[in-house]
Amino acid sequence: MANRIPRVAVREQDPARRATNFEEVCYGYNAEEAKLEASRCLTCPKPRCVNACPVHVNIPAFIKAVAEDDLERAAAAIGADSTLPSVCGRVCPQESQCEGSCVLGIKGEPVAIGKLERYVGDWAIEHRDELPTPEIVKNGKRVAIIGSGPAGLACASDLAKLGYEVKIFEALHKVGGVLVYGIPEFRLPKERIVAKEVEAVKNLGVEIETDVIVGRTMTVDDLLDKEGFDAVFVGSGAGLPRFMGIEGENLNGVFSANEFLTRANLMKAYDDEYDTPIYSGHKVVVVGGGNVAMDAVRTAKRLGAEAVIVYRRSEKELPARVEEVHHAKEEGIIFHLLNNPTRILGDEKGWVNGIECIEMELGEPDESGRRSPVEKPGSEHVIDADVVIMALGTSPNPLIKSTTEGLETNRRGCIVADEDGRTSRKGVFAGGDAVTGAATVILAMGAGRKAAKAIDEYCKSL
Amino acid sequence: MYKIISKRTLAPNIVEMVVDAPRVAQGAEPGQFVIVRTDEMGERIPLTICDYDREKGTITIVTQAVGLSSRKIIDMEEGESFADFAGPLGRPSDLLELPEEELRKQRILFVAGGVGTAPVYPQVKWLKEHGVEADVVIGAKTKDIFTYVDEMRKVGNVYLCTDDGSEGFHGMVPALVRDLIDNQGKEYDRCVIIGPMIMMKFAAQATKEYGIPTIVSLNALMVDGTGMCGACRVSVGGKTLFTCVDGPEFDGHQVDFDEAMRRQAMYRDHKKSNPETHKCKCHNG
Repeated sequence: MANRIPRVAVREQDPARRATNFEEVCYGYNAEEAKLEASRCLTCPKPRCVNACPVHVNIPAFIKAVAEDDLERAAAAIGADSTLPSVCGRVCPQESQCEGSCVLGIKGEPVAIGKLERYVGDWAIEHRDELPTPEIVKNGKRVAIIGSGPAGLACASDLAKLGYEVKIFEALHKVGGVLVYGIPEFRLPKERIVAKEVEAVKNLGVEIETDVIVGRTMTVDDLLDKEGFDAVFVGSGAGLPRFMGIEGENLNGVFSANEFLTRANLMKAYDDEYDTPIYSGHKVVVVGGGNVAMDAVRTAKRLGAEAVIVYRRSEKELPARVEEVHHAKEEGIIFHLLNNPTRILGDEKGWVNGIECIEMELGEPDESGRRSPVEKPGSEHVIDADVVIMALGTSPNPLIKSTTEGLETNRRGCIVADEDGRTSRKGVFAGGDAVTGAATVILAMGAGRKAAKAIDEYCKSL
Repeated sequence: MYKIISKRTLAPNIVEMVVDAPRVAQGAEPGQFVIVRTDEMGERIPLTICDYDREKGTITIVTQAVGLSSRKIIDMEEGESFADFAGPLGRPSDLLELPEEELRKQRILFVAGGVGTAPVYPQVKWLKEHGVEADVVIGAKTKDIFTYVDEMRKVGNVYLCTDDGSEGFHGMVPALVRDLIDNQGKEYDRCVIIGPMIMMKFAAQATKEYGIPTIVSLNALMVDGTGMCGACRVSVGGKTLFTCVDGPEFDGHQVDFDEAMRRQAMYRDHKKSNPETHKCKCHNG
């Protein structure tokens, strides 16, 4: 039986060493390892993994191609449904998607679908010049894309292949959105992977203009009326950080995870050759339990701090990818679970010197199905900290909503759009975190692709 | 790339640059700011827009060298280009929202100090274009470091003061504001203060005594300038707001200046703020 082969372990950088550098944690499979792992797939006739994938990648088909050493076919199989395999293979929460539903996982370990996807994606990046390029017949229609994150890149890529003249407007100075400002280098290499994926999109003829903040530099209406675009896709993400609203949050040394990670990732503040400063602190407390919290705490560790997670529920409820939690623990991150901050304490100069927390216990399940945490009265205690980072989630930036008349949003500030990205404004489509609130790369990519189809239908009807 | 069309030194360490940035110029309004980056290694630095020319597609900025990055900016030469020049950011001045008729009746006082004088200019100029002549108090430590006085005289009634009495009124701006009201019979419906944080704090205290509604323009630390990082958060009337998207102009009687000053100094002792210890490859390092 094929499944007698144990899951092929992936090679990783030694935890003690990687906790001091920003190089990628996981080395990925080599050809031999990938083939062996691929051979474990049972190629189920009714593959549950495909259903569990938000964009329904034909997983058994690409894995079979890997097993047969036909990587061009594997890349094509993934490419039919996903634009960013080397990214998604690295950052998707596979344990709750494809791998979580793998039949092999019932009694043993699921096929390492994520690692195989990454292997194929990286192979495709290296061999892009040799792969057949799609023949593009221009149709004379123009589409503007707002934001160069996963949703925008995917939407742009599909539209370009359909013959549209596509232009992406990016607010920051670098292209990639959350892939460059949010996710750290040690999880997603910027030059080796993200820049290459962006290059592939550009090679399809997509134009990208940075430093354009739609809602300020130009409005959505300017794009449609003055700049002459036939349609607009809003993939502006969810960049607005939340704070707790507790005492001491404006003390020096308290940062949003967005600020801390943007300084480190986008501005390369960890590198002495770059001008942007970052406070790494001696003892850093990160509040939150999602991927962003893990990214922030592991970045702080790499900058030399003792790094602690404070999270109000238990380990089981941590929303971060299992692999990130596992890696964080290996790297020596301290988890202070079932604790919630009540206030942040500062010294006489207004710098953080501690965070007061209260212990929590889990009560009845809430609307999300997770047991909601309840405070244990009188259990307040102080943890020393010279840096506190709030990783409590983000909301969509209100700039586009507030400058686009007739664009409907919900009470959380998310743009209201149907399944295919149509908004309340004719010719304006939206997808990704701007619509769903902070979610995953793969969902954003999927939304960008669906919107591309809807935009194509819309433009044909004009 | 955003080319420096012209550069002139206004005072020691204070430089004015006219920069080619057509998209920014197209949308720029008084009160807004830009984020600039000198080069690939550079920081993103917010600078208030000091003038704009939609036809020529240019933006004027004035920079005072206070740290490593501002030094890099003023050391750039005519013909060189900024790697990035993004904007306009922030909300335009509230004055722009007043109905024309009401605006015309307004008696407006501007209070400018140090490098804050230049960003006052587009507002005073805009008012002049809309038929309102404003009073402008400009303060400096000594007469040699005044900037934008000649430009300002063309668009408003200028009152100068110096800490050392070398020109104009002898004293700081709050004292001159009091003098105008107490001894020169001036009355004001609103006041706009732009300058160093400490000057804005004390000037706003003075206008509060007279019950004059007062706006200040904050130059908080920022990274992205679009609402993403929250580095620029400021307490206004007990509420935390973001300078970049909710400001940069706020009610001067509601701003917690002590907190704002403390936050502004957050990176002052950082090793990268010191050219001696910062190892970057810029020519100052």
